[in-house]
Amino acid sequence: ASHEILNYMMHTLPLRGKVLTVDTMNANVKKVDYAVRGPIVQRAVQIEKELKEGVKKPFEEVIKANIGDAHAMGQRPITFFRQVMALCTYPQLLDDNKFPEDAKNRARRILQSCGGNSIGAYTTSQGIDCVRHDVANYIQRRDGGIPSDPDNIYLTTGASDGIVTILKLLTAGEGRTRTGVMISIPQYPLYSASIAELGAVQINYYLNEEKCWSLDISELQRSLHAAREHCNPRVLCIINPGNPTGQVQSRQCIEDVIRFAAKENLFLMADEVYQDNVYAEGCEFHSFKKVLFEMGPEYSSKVELASFHSTSKCYMGECGFRGGYMEVINMDPEVKAQLTKLVSVRLCPPAPGQALMDLVVNSPQPGEPSYQTFMKERTAVLSALAEKAKLTEEILNTVPGISCNPVQGAMYSFPRITLPERAINEAKAKGQAPDMFYCMKLLEETGICLVPGSGFGQREGTYHFRMTILPPTDKLKIMLNKLKEFHQKFTQQYS
Amino acid sequence: MDRLGERRNYNEVLDLSSGDLHRGGIKPITFVRQVLAACFYPALLEDDSLPLDVKQRAESLLRECDGGSIGSYTESSGIAKIKHCVSQFITRRDGGVPSSPDNIFIKSGSQTALMIMLKLLISGKDLCQTGVLIPVPTYASFTLALEEQGAAIIPYHLCEEQGWTLQVEELRKALHTGRKTCNPVALYICNPGNPTGHIQSRKSIEEVIRFAAEERLFILADEVYQSCVYGDDTEFYSYKKVLSEMGSTICSTVELASFNSVSKGFMGECGLRGGYMELVNLDPAVKEYASRLFSTRSCPPVVGQIALDLMAGPPKPGDPSFPTFSEEVQAIKNTICKNTGRIQEVFAELPGISCQPLKAGFFVFPCLHFSLKAIQWAKKRQMEPDMLYCLRLLEETGLHVRPGCEYGQRKDSHHIRLFVATQENIMEDALQRLKTFHTPFMKEFS
Repeated sequence: ASHEILNYMMHTLPLRGKVLTVDTMNANVKKVDYAVRGPIVQRAVQIEKELKEGVKKPFEEVIKANIGDAHAMGQRPITFFRQVMALCTYPQLLDDNKFPEDAKNRARRILQSCGGNSIGAYTTSQGIDCVRHDVANYIQRRDGGIPSDPDNIYLTTGASDGIVTILKLLTAGEGRTRTGVMISIPQYPLYSASIAELGAVQINYYLNEEKCWSLDISELQRSLHAAREHCNPRVLCIINPGNPTGQVQSRQCIEDVIRFAAKENLFLMADEVYQDNVYAEGCEFHSFKKVLFEMGPEYSSKVELASFHSTSKCYMGECGFRGGYMEVINMDPEVKAQLTKLVSVRLCPPAPGQALMDLVVNSPQPGEPSYQTFMKERTAVLSALAEKAKLTEEILNTVPGISCNPVQGAMYSFPRITLPERAINEAKAKGQAPDMFYCMKLLEETGICLVPGSGFGQREGTYHFRMTILPPTDKLKIMLNKLKEFHQKFTQQYS
Repeated sequence: MDRLGERRNYNEVLDLSSGDLHRGGIKPITFVRQVLAACFYPALLEDDSLPLDVKQRAESLLRECDGGSIGSYTESSGIAKIKHCVSQFITRRDGGVPSSPDNIFIKSGSQTALMIMLKLLISGKDLCQTGVLIPVPTYASFTLALEEQGAAIIPYHLCEEQGWTLQVEELRKALHTGRKTCNPVALYICNPGNPTGHIQSRKSIEEVIRFAAEERLFILADEVYQSCVYGDDTEFYSYKKVLSEMGSTICSTVELASFNSVSKGFMGECGLRGGYMELVNLDPAVKEYASRLFSTRSCPPVVGQIALDLMAGPPKPGDPSFPTFSEEVQAIKNTICKNTGRIQEVFAELPGISCQPLKAGFFVFPCLHFSLKAIQWAKKRQMEPDMLYCLRLLEETGLHVRPGCEYGQRKDSHHIRLFVATQENIMEDALQRLKTFHTPFMKEFS
């Protein structure tokens, strides 16, 4: 029989061949790319090694402005959070009078909900009960009283874990019925990588660079219509505040998106990890949940929504903790049961991340001993970011050939760069994306590590890079000016 | 159930269902928690209360973190210095067999690392669907993970009568059957075993490796219970070590991924999510893709990575923390030994329950010998007899253990799984509750 022949062939391949090769491997893995940690970062790490070994370079240090890691760039952790974490980890410290009472109370409360009163015990897969309750309360307060059910809250290993899990749940079908996932261009490449890994279909909708990266419903419509020819669009992902673009969507826009999702029967995924990072005048964060419910039961009882948050951004910057949550709204109960089963496979999210998430949603209140210091630290971080956002936009816009939209929120600028024809051709001859070519040269000559726009997606024929606004203000100024010099030199060199 | 609303004759549920050391009342290792606390809140480094070696370790770990903070992202496969420490641990464990940090990937728990390997290995449908050989019994969340990844599961039975040994003939039979319906590619081993507590002899490991070499299978060796060995004359041999001593063709060709974590052993830090895998003989091109896959998940939790470092490089004789550390580790070992002794004593007195010798791991998986009457009663309720046993056990005594049907077992055999690494008084309480339930239950169905 044919299957016997097939098996025979598969098992008598020459012994030189390994069982797991690029050809026998899961083919979807080949399509996975994640520019934020891609080849340019690998080269940056190599250069750092060379510098350490004493190799002479035109710069003294590599500035890693490629990744949204605030602490790596010198931002300090919030004292209160770290105190509570230390108390949770080594409860002997509860007898130490150097720790404030409100920190001790939070620690005791968290430990009481942990097995054996230890942060080292497994938690339930959905996450520690009291943390989910606190998250629900936070959401309710944030959204002006709109109720949140702890049962709809899933704690996750960073927001990425939640995002991939929901995408996995939604991916089904074959060929023309294969799940299509709508994502903004430009986008945070976790989405494109996960879509590739899951074998779903990526559906691009372009943000409007001329209008400060705003979202046009007509563009959503166009993209959906075209996609329906070859797949089954089921999901609409939106990142607000945006990554890499930093735009903060208006309330009207959010309503329009919800209306669109309702009309076209799309599951909404709202990535809101930068919800505290809003800087520009006139901009405000509106959660998708809040807007949905304020649009009345016609929408709030129908539209399926998953919102994501994390401990990695905002004012906390605690990326290494891998803390996060998602809230699922209007999910079919049978599907929700499957979701609960799915998350149980990885056992549980890291307990320290869960504890930290609890502190973020249950931070010191007026009257508590730690309140003043907490507010001071929080305000300092957010106002520094706002200052750096403005600074970045200003300086970059003084460079001929660089045009930068206002950085309304998040942690990045995504300026457009004009590249000379000769540079573009040289890049293409090398088989490199022109903005990768540019960024590599920038790295080699100045030590500044950025991520080329091609890693995020952009309109054909346009080039960008993503740069974080995280380095300390002084270093940021130096970096921006070096960038300015480089760009002018580069433009001249290839003119 | 029909007993709802009745006064219960116990105060609280006693949960021996999961492999969680701390939940079972065992205290975390002091050195580990002190270092972690100092890493969370470096102001503690100025404190007199912490021993010098704790401070030095915390400082050296913080130096490896960007911005000196454990809140920063790290390399996707883990902090280089920690991978180095892990590779040295492996080399020491294996009596000098070299281990390279480049082949070490740190993940948030061994499960997550295992799932990344599965993701690389599994694809295809129908006859081309990737098949993975797994032992029966095996723990439930692993089966779920395989299903989730779209693998075809090819079960091979462990031999209960011989102490749950792995027999190559059984592997061969399973593989032959598997080849009729799918494309078997990987062989999963759990050693020491969960739930069986079996530990493979060196000879057994060699036989399995030879089988994998002949049949061209990728070995997934789940070794998370490697430091929980307590049987007399029992020793843990890692698959890597045995492989390295098997002649140049085999040792340079058989592809192997070994898994370990901080969740078990004396650390018991399940909630911190620290685990690693070591890859042996992996195609370099595939390793590149594995790295890329890892990078999309940004990085493993830093606290879990630090716990791994402490597991791989614990206090040494002469270090200030060593006396307390070794006392605490020894106390845990003694507790487990006492518990396994008590379990065997109690089971010997009870009718209809028998147990293979307890050699390793965190669980005991005794066989329940139900009468025909009991089996029919369960059938009437459309439930497995051991599930029904566990439900009634929980209802009547508050003792929570898991039924064998969740792990797989031979037809018409029934088991329960009990966690053994708890405080002695908790174990004693559990055994009393089991005793008061078991004998009347068996009598009821005699």
